[in-house]
Amino acid sequence: MNKADGPKGLSRRQLLLRASVAGASFVIGSGFIAARDAAWATEVSNLKPETFATLVQMARDIYPHDRIADEFYVIAVQGYDNSDHSDEIEAGIAVLDAAARGRGHAGYLDTGWERDRVDILRNMEESDFFQKIRGGLVTGLYNQKAVWPIFGYEGESYSKGGYVDRGFNDINWL
Amino acid sequence: MAAPFDLNDDTVVVVIGTGAGGGVLANELAQKGVSVVALEAGGRYLPEDYVNDEWESFGQLAWVDPRTTSGDWRVSKDFSGLPAWIVKAVGGTTTHWAGASLRFQPHEWKGATTYGNVQGANLLDWPIGAEEMEPWYAKAEDKLGVTRTNGRPGLPGNNNYLVFEKGARELGYKDVHTGRMAINAEDYDDRLPCQQTGFCFQGCKWGAKWSAAYTDIPRGEATGNLEVRERAHVARILHNNDGKVTGVEYFDKDGNLHMQKARIVCVAGNSFESPRMLLNSASSMFPDGLANSSGQVGRNYMRHMTGSVYAVFDKPVRMWRGTTMAGIIQDESRHDPSRGFVGGYEMETLALGVPFMAAFLDPGAWGREFTSALDQYENMAGMWLVGEDMPQETNRVTLNHDVKDQWGLPVANVHFSDHPNDIAMRNHAYKQGQAVYEAVGATRTFPTPPYPSTHNLGTNRMSENPRDGVVNRWGQTHDITNLFISDGSQFTTGAAENPTLTIVALAIRQADHIASEMSAGTL
Repeated sequence: MNKADGPKGLSRRQLLLRASVAGASFVIGSGFIAARDAAWATEVSNLKPETFATLVQMARDIYPHDRIADEFYVIAVQGYDNSDHSDEIEAGIAVLDAAARGRGHAGYLDTGWERDRVDILRNMEESDFFQKIRGGLVTGLYNQKAVWPIFGYEGESYSKGGYVDRGFNDINWL
Repeated sequence: MAAPFDLNDDTVVVVIGTGAGGGVLANELAQKGVSVVALEAGGRYLPEDYVNDEWESFGQLAWVDPRTTSGDWRVSKDFSGLPAWIVKAVGGTTTHWAGASLRFQPHEWKGATTYGNVQGANLLDWPIGAEEMEPWYAKAEDKLGVTRTNGRPGLPGNNNYLVFEKGARELGYKDVHTGRMAINAEDYDDRLPCQQTGFCFQGCKWGAKWSAAYTDIPRGEATGNLEVRERAHVARILHNNDGKVTGVEYFDKDGNLHMQKARIVCVAGNSFESPRMLLNSASSMFPDGLANSSGQVGRNYMRHMTGSVYAVFDKPVRMWRGTTMAGIIQDESRHDPSRGFVGGYEMETLALGVPFMAAFLDPGAWGREFTSALDQYENMAGMWLVGEDMPQETNRVTLNHDVKDQWGLPVANVHFSDHPNDIAMRNHAYKQGQAVYEAVGATRTFPTPPYPSTHNLGTNRMSENPRDGVVNRWGQTHDITNLFISDGSQFTTGAAENPTLTIVALAIRQADHIASEMSAGTL
């Protein structure tokens, strides 16, 4: 949205939300995507908004955690929205969509069941594109300090004096 | 003369590397009045610098200079550019190590004799044994303050240990305790007791764990006999026409090449860098690299049989709280070929945080089988399996002339394939580890593949006969009298135990030998 030339010829009407069947995200318009529940919204500057929304869904399908909200998956893949990566990502997502169409769906985001999307991913898991996205998520998703509490992990402990007085041996069910 | 030393001072002993081998050797020599220049490729980080954050700490401490891999080990597929998880810093991997400090069992010094003819294994007896090493082990244990040795108490068990211990007892294991650890259970040697912080691998911010970085190195420097040059990356070791080494060429942090003259050179750069330096020092007199008349430089690379078992329970464990590795089952460390393999293995508690668990639980895995495991992170317990692997001539470090490091030097290629004995032992260990947790009600267990190696051994091995190895009983190269190997690369065989205590004991012993030979004028 911050392009110098502004939204490229998109009228207000064209900004109408296009909800996807599978994803929790809406593509709002040029360069702007929001969650269905408005919990997150992000701008994209290089990728097509549909591409980015598909990428977020792909990220969730690779590492699905039902208790982790979309915003964390968005953060995990946001780095691909730059000119160094955009061609490769657009091409990879195009392959993903083509695979979905080959199975009778309108596109990856329109593939309603996770198992069907996972089947599509399984068929491309040896590809460089898939491995790049999967590999990037290992740190992109799990190294976000904000997701650690969802797993119960407490992170840094030195500043609190370690666990010597805070339950290092507090197990009570053995 | 007192430190700092002149580049042209040819009376100094140059020690390359400052970890468990080089750091200890440098200090021990300095304490005896020997002038030492220690060249360390990494920078200096102390407890105030360490961070309780797995990836950030990895970025701070790990050796990530390029290396390449080959062979059928899974590390080569999952972490092709990172065969080892070791440290590039003053103090070396003693910043990262878990602290487990176990003596070899007596029979493990005599691998060839004990295990007999194992097809495909290049087994050899060490030229030294348990009786000779006993006093050096005792000195090493006192230096490191090893718990449960020489009257020192053990560490308390954390949650991860209590689960592990209960399962071990249910299974009938007898030799189960919180380990012999170089982590203080009480004040010792001006270092605090363990505060159960849970980040042993990231450098102990309390200094409760022994590391050469804040013990041997500063104490050596305080004598005035030790100069540590940080960010000094060795390119090659030079020699004269008599076949004696004369100095060491190294790059400083700005890439300027220097040459430090030396009376003696001791190489302690870990089992990848040490052979790499010898091979990169090839000359017309030594076309196959220094000290390589046997052809064994770089060969017999060992990394221990390793693996992990994680388990999920229906209630919380919170394994990350407390000392990372203070727990051991030793019942399987015996040599008992009736199990289908020679040698033995230890089972030791281990915990990873969420970031490393995601990277290492099942590298490359994805989908709900993987994520449903991580979802149970809070209810997980974990152990590491570490046992003796077979030396094989074909498992080796060579120079990869197609890939150069930041200084233009050929990098190490690390080739490794498991021996059938390693595989049989790992399968047995997985089964026993899973049984330990199932005995306390685990609902799901994970036989987790090896991580990038932390125990890198054997690439300049010790042998009685110069034909069979690179160094003699003192770590002195068979070919060049004033060139020594002072790290784990001199290991003839790996034994089942974590190697640091043995590396330290050998370094103390080597310092004693070098100093007395220098006094006698024979070196």
